[in-house]
Amino acid sequence: MKKLINDPADYVDEMLDGMIAAHPDRVRRLDGTKVLVRADAPVEGKVGIVSGGGSGHEPTHAGYLGNGMLDGAAAGEVFTSPTADQLEEMVRACDSGEGVLCVVKNYEGDVMNFETAGEMAEIEDVEVAEVVVDDDVAVEDSLYTSGRRGVCGTIFVHKIAGAKAAAGGDLEEVRTVAEKVVDNVGTMGMALTSCVTPEKGEPTFDLGDDEIELGIGIHGEPGVERTDVMSADEVADRLTEQVLDDLDVGDGDEVATIVNGMGGTPLSELYIVNRRVQEILGDRGLETWDAWVGDYMTSLDMMGCSVTVLRLDDELKELLGAPADTLALKRTD
Amino acid sequence: MVDAEIQREAVLAAVENVAARIADEKSHLTDLDSAIGDADHGANMNRGFQAVVEAVDGDEVDDMEPDELVKLVGKTIISNVGGAAGPLYGGSTMLASTELEDGITAETSVAFAETYLQKVQDRGKAEIGAKTMVDALVPAVHTYKKSIEQDDLPPLTALSKAVDACERGVRYTVPLRARKGRASYLDWRSVGHQDPGATSTLYILEELLDTAEEYLDGEVVRDARSPDVPDESPEETADESLGGEDE
Repeated sequence: MKKLINDPADYVDEMLDGMIAAHPDRVRRLDGTKVLVRADAPVEGKVGIVSGGGSGHEPTHAGYLGNGMLDGAAAGEVFTSPTADQLEEMVRACDSGEGVLCVVKNYEGDVMNFETAGEMAEIEDVEVAEVVVDDDVAVEDSLYTSGRRGVCGTIFVHKIAGAKAAAGGDLEEVRTVAEKVVDNVGTMGMALTSCVTPEKGEPTFDLGDDEIELGIGIHGEPGVERTDVMSADEVADRLTEQVLDDLDVGDGDEVATIVNGMGGTPLSELYIVNRRVQEILGDRGLETWDAWVGDYMTSLDMMGCSVTVLRLDDELKELLGAPADTLALKRTD
Repeated sequence: MVDAEIQREAVLAAVENVAARIADEKSHLTDLDSAIGDADHGANMNRGFQAVVEAVDGDEVDDMEPDELVKLVGKTIISNVGGAAGPLYGGSTMLASTELEDGITAETSVAFAETYLQKVQDRGKAEIGAKTMVDALVPAVHTYKKSIEQDDLPPLTALSKAVDACERGVRYTVPLRARKGRASYLDWRSVGHQDPGATSTLYILEELLDTAEEYLDGEVVRDARSPDVPDESPEETADESLGGEDE
């Protein structure tokens, strides 16, 4: 398998070095860790928002460092949770005295390490709150989780909680609005091909040329159904309808959507999927307030996509539309 | 109770004994894990405990209170083991270390054991019967607490009974169907395999007992290892939960 890497053991380190080389004025690395924080962290008077998880999901998480989103992002090894001591350092580095919200994707390793980090930070008198994102409607329990997995809907949590913190919300207000996003968001994904992790160097799972996998997570873990190749419209129908049924949205609801690429799918194909997603929403009487299309939460080089739908109210609309200036996502007024 | 310096020495001796045991059993633990998990438990634990031995091998630990030393042990495990095992073994050790602020006594060691178990359960969200380290820890901790608080046994005898209960807990994991952690993915295929986390927990406790024998007066009454009913019978609890759920 051809890859643009050196030693697989240096994969994450060299990626982070490259990110810093691209944005030396925007982000810095905490010494001796794989944690990146905003260059100006901790931001005085603001609740800190941090996230993290295994690498391989770029631009998640460090791509969302900056005004209006994250203050800290911890990078574990590829598809492996960061250790609790690194997460604790991140929490402490992002605390200006106003407390820190940890946005955690529901994977067992992530949840356990963040919980431990939070307790360690609290011993050092940092106020910590946590929100666990479990937006994947495809599964109830999976290889790596109790309950539903946390996937692309996490980006909406980063955006909205980040905007609330930037607007001066206190830790409880920021946590509450983050929970509101979690309660109103759903995602389902699919794969055309397996990803190839740098250590293993070969596909994580076998998928025939004429097969696709529905309900996949973001680590090449098994989906819920393997089926024959479908057209873009058929894929969009399956993903979108399962998400909408789970969210129980209906006539007159306003939503925001993400058609997310898994890392190996061209933008043109994502637009084709988005075209159909928006048709379905229109047919159901839903109004799309904001539609994002692109690679937001990837799975290395996996070909495929996920569809995320967030039900909005006035507060969520205002925060979703608020300015953000991060490495991978920019919003202006 | 022995003074802080001797307690510190005992903790250091325990660390060395546990690290040596884990190194000896590294392949065995990995073999157990390769049957039902991702085949890294032995290597992970060994890496963690070797790091602990290095972390406590300096003059700076001479000034540490016993609880600070235990906290350092936990923190070192967290940063070197990773995955779910880091928080489970290291995080629980670190957070339970505050129970030893007044030194290591029969009472504080019970509090330490209970907090350790509580943290493992909070983190792992596993109950008895899910084929995890909890199946070994619960009978061990309950037996220890009961032996000290109700039966008024000397700590060494109580620890010996706890090791025995732990051993039975480990054997109890063999026929179980895993419902937590990586092994749960195998579902029925996990039946017949001994849980690696329960096994390493037993090794740690056995080494704590051996270390305690060196530092506490009195000898272990080997009879004490005969079965004694813990507060909660694993079998009964498991039967209830197995009957109530069908995946």
